[in-house]
Amino acid sequence: MSGPNDSKRDEIRSYAIGYCVALALTGAAFAAVHWPSFASTTTLAIVLGLAVVQTVVHFRFFLHISLRKSARDDLQLILFSMLIVILMVSGTLVILFNLRARMM
Amino acid sequence: MSANEIKHAGLNLGDTDELTHGQAGSAVFGFWVFLMSDAVIFALLFATYGVMLPATVGGPTPASEYKILSAFLETLTLLTSSFTFGMVSVAMKHGASRRQLLSWMGVTLVLGAAFLGMELHDFTTMFGDGAYPTRSGYLSSFFALVPLHGLHVFFGSVWIIVMMVQVMTFGLDARVKINILRLSLFWHFLDIVWIAIFSVVYLQGLIR
Repeated sequence: MSGPNDSKRDEIRSYAIGYCVALALTGAAFAAVHWPSFASTTTLAIVLGLAVVQTVVHFRFFLHISLRKSARDDLQLILFSMLIVILMVSGTLVILFNLRARMM
Repeated sequence: MSANEIKHAGLNLGDTDELTHGQAGSAVFGFWVFLMSDAVIFALLFATYGVMLPATVGGPTPASEYKILSAFLETLTLLTSSFTFGMVSVAMKHGASRRQLLSWMGVTLVLGAAFLGMELHDFTTMFGDGAYPTRSGYLSSFFALVPLHGLHVFFGSVWIIVMMVQVMTFGLDARVKINILRLSLFWHFLDIVWIAIFSVVYLQGLIR
């Protein structure tokens, strides 16, 4: 039996799950930096990895982006924007770091 | 079928208000396109920041200017406000009392203001240390990136006030509901940008 209240409870639960998981990921990232136990490059990789996971959690639980067919338009827009972002950001970093290395 | 269809990012109204849900698809998608273009602006400011990071010219460095505790508190505040805005969306969708809806919006507004207060305090401390935008390339890029996010949070807070007034004057008609849907996307999006800021700017700067 699924009334409107069931779906309300599910939605609140979804936001609560997202909030708890995001809190845990944030806490882990800050802990990794505050109590350093790895080399600095490893710590940076951990922090950036946790950030990517947390971004996915926010998209899934707060913005309700899913792989369901009717949500594909939004997903495609996100993936296309990500492609543009990756091209421009990585291109900027590669070119300018290369330039710096040659100027030094 | 159309009632349960997901038409756009964010909470969908299909189960409780099919009429508004029918209009929401294109209205929210347009706003989603704007948010993604905003994401491109932020991404390029992140790239600029990454390139400028070593350009401290003997001035203040990330390690000397950032405080892990205040970055952590700001993160918690903004994350909690994202959750409370989720409660605004749920209250709006399921026809909760106007008082409940307005109080969740009020809580979100207070958290947003607290975040802005902490961030302004950080910036004034940095200015006091001689870390102002014209001091070095690193500080120019820092003050282009982080305060731009703060400016977004400020306008988001103004928007929350506007929506509270609209809820009080017009009640929850289709237009107001769709506006709240857009505002919820904006607010959750700002929290996602903040994930990148605390990871790339604050935590990267504080790694020893």
